[in-house]
Amino acid sequence: MARAATTADAFNAVAEPRRRQILDVLAGGERPVNDLVHRLGLTQPQVSKHLRVLREVGAVAVRDEGRQRLYRLNGRALKPIHDWVKDYERTWSERFEQLDAVLEDLKESEADGKGAGG
Amino acid sequence: MTVSSGTAKVTLPSDTQILITRQFDAPKHLVYRAWTTPELVRRWWSGYRGEMTVVDIDLRVGGRWRYVMVANGGFEVAFHGEFREIEPDERIVTTEVYEMPDAPLDEDAVINIVTFTEIDGRTTLHLMTECRTKELRDTIVDSGMEGGMQEQMDVLEELARSLR
Repeated sequence: MARAATTADAFNAVAEPRRRQILDVLAGGERPVNDLVHRLGLTQPQVSKHLRVLREVGAVAVRDEGRQRLYRLNGRALKPIHDWVKDYERTWSERFEQLDAVLEDLKESEADGKGAGG
Repeated sequence: MTVSSGTAKVTLPSDTQILITRQFDAPKHLVYRAWTTPELVRRWWSGYRGEMTVVDIDLRVGGRWRYVMVANGGFEVAFHGEFREIEPDERIVTTEVYEMPDAPLDEDAVINIVTFTEIDGRTTLHLMTECRTKELRDTIVDSGMEGGMQEQMDVLEELARSLR
């Protein structure tokens, strides 16, 4: 079950903050490389390097249109991450819902205690 | 009546950290009490996923804690650790080890830093899990236990849309 820590892995691919930014931009729609360079304030080689890693894990797809290379997000490849986060959040949200109920009881008994103590 | 205070917010501040944030409609001394009192922890820690069979809390610096839950599927999950710092009603630092055959050793334990911040009678809880290495965090993700890789929530919302 252990997963090898290589770059060919969606989890590791998106662990890098700049790559997350790229995904964030692409979440808004398909973009040419120049647009990413402009938005992120990086050099074209830097952006290309990150895009290569993201392409390797299938997180982004590319197509040529005329002289432009257009990149787009491929949500499928990121589904494992999405699933993990949702599961993690659900686990803690469930716990916290139960904790809410415990806290309501504690507040009540504290209020009762104060009332009884005058 | 239970006042819903919203869902847990999960973010990843760095490659080795996982942060959960949640607000509670109660003063911090009560949230702290619910977090550190065994019979209260029994009532919430398993969520809706099972029953707590062991909740041991030796609430002093150097003291140990251990939680065991029997999940609804019948399997058992256990965690243990040690208290490193205790500031009543304010902050607790513990180690945490997930007990499984290929689990991290005690020296690879993650560090959990819990802080309780009260404003106008409401408490914001921050639970920061710090892994010593990125590899450890990845191991945690793989175990499916808790912790691991996470995207910023705004990105995730976009992803969720793209996955539909």
